[in-house]
Amino acid sequence: MTTRILCAGFGGQGALLIGKLMVNAGMLEGKHVTWLPSYGPEMRGGTANVMCVISDKPVGSPIFDRMDVLVALNQPSLDKFALQTKENGLILSNASLCGDPARVDGSVKVVAVPLTEIAEEVGNVKAANMVALGALIELTGCVNRQTVEEDLRKMLEKKNPALLEQNLTAMERGAKFARQA
Amino acid sequence: MTEKILMKGNEAVAEAAIRAGCRHYFAYPITPQSELIEYMAKKMPKVGGTFLQAESEVAAINMVLGAAACGVRTMTSSSSPGISLKQEGISYIAASRLPAVIVNVQRGGPGLGNIAPMQCDYFQATRGGGHGDYYTPVLSPSTVQEFADMAPLAFEIAERYRTPVLILADGMLGQMMEPVVFPESYPPQRDPSDWALGCHKDRKENHIINTLFIDPNLLDSKTRILFEVYEEIKKNEVRFETYNLESRPKILVASTGTAARVVKSAIDALKEQGVEMGLFRPITLWPFPYDALHQAAAGVDKVITVELNMGQMEQDVRLALNGLCPTEFVGKAGGLVFTPEELADILRKKAS
Repeated sequence: MTTRILCAGFGGQGALLIGKLMVNAGMLEGKHVTWLPSYGPEMRGGTANVMCVISDKPVGSPIFDRMDVLVALNQPSLDKFALQTKENGLILSNASLCGDPARVDGSVKVVAVPLTEIAEEVGNVKAANMVALGALIELTGCVNRQTVEEDLRKMLEKKNPALLEQNLTAMERGAKFARQA
Repeated sequence: MTEKILMKGNEAVAEAAIRAGCRHYFAYPITPQSELIEYMAKKMPKVGGTFLQAESEVAAINMVLGAAACGVRTMTSSSSPGISLKQEGISYIAASRLPAVIVNVQRGGPGLGNIAPMQCDYFQATRGGGHGDYYTPVLSPSTVQEFADMAPLAFEIAERYRTPVLILADGMLGQMMEPVVFPESYPPQRDPSDWALGCHKDRKENHIINTLFIDPNLLDSKTRILFEVYEEIKKNEVRFETYNLESRPKILVASTGTAARVVKSAIDALKEQGVEMGLFRPITLWPFPYDALHQAAAGVDKVITVELNMGQMEQDVRLALNGLCPTEFVGKAGGLVFTPEELADILRKKAS
């Protein structure tokens, strides 16, 4: 199976990190992965997106026209990419900052998670991307949350244990919201 | 086996170069190659190496010439416009018969162009690039792993034949992350006493590194020596990969680097629709795998070349085929990259 995920948002919201943690977990679980960021002369507050592929087979092209999953952290990303989501695909949007996606295929599942609000409740508005990551893993099941948690632990346990706890809680809250959605 | 690490192509090739013993790196920043110079800036001091951000690309390549003359593994990197600036130095390094590695993470051109991935420096890379009668071996990676593996390979080829070697990647490979495994050990540097200043085996003798030969007869003989070396390189260093040839396809696609990745995906998609195509992917662009491509094309109806430019490698494909079968070209300029869906559509239409 091959899952193509596009994560997009304002620069600084952490869309690229969602993708990186997903594909890194995929790699640790023995899958083939690619991570291709949009790069260009962007500034903070500009748009950023990343194309991720997680597959059982070697990944040919890291670029794609249409994706199985769109993670839209803001309205411009939703407007720009919603229609590229495949039939029976998934759109995970940030209900705190986005309205409904316009004119998407009826078969596309739209899950609007109040990412920013949940992150605020967790105590760190910057952890909205981790809320999205938790929900994304819950909804797609293409990697295990445990793998991502271990990866985060390695990254942050010594450097910033408080931030690690916030991130883990944010992921858990995202997953919980997705289960009930 | 050592562990898999998720890395950008730019970082992976830098790490591999350091592991392969490169301790002297000189460069000037340019997008989409800047993570490479950044990585070197961070890592070189930690391994006791020299990292120097030169005042210009011209200065950087001449520092590479100087370091190579001293018998150390040395490298520089840049992206298209910066590589143009380095050409004078590359010509001098080739004429001096010194080993060095140059990485070009290609971007859109001509001119200042843009920072999107392109394959528009093919002609420049495979036809010497600077002034004078010379070639440089050119390696074309299509995955981050291959990009990393080409660093030690480039040093080996550079030292075996005493020539500058070019790794020709592009912005997509430089920027994207993929899992990489670094081998436990790397082949050691070749004894530099054959070329390096102050290292002559005979203590009474000195190597003199010079590219000025006023006497035409002398320059003629020096150039002939270069071309004898090139014949050896052509004999020993041709590399390529084929894909889906076992299906005995009627259509063969020739493509390299990033474009070849997209072609592979398109071939897989077409297979599901019952259309078989093969891929021939040159890994060395110079020496180009002329004979291998000619053999692979035996019995096919046509060869379609797919490039991220307006048709450069296509000319080598036609030289290889030498009229064996018709050829077609599919390309994109401006730094646009085919998506697999789009390319599969184009190729399917060309098949019917």
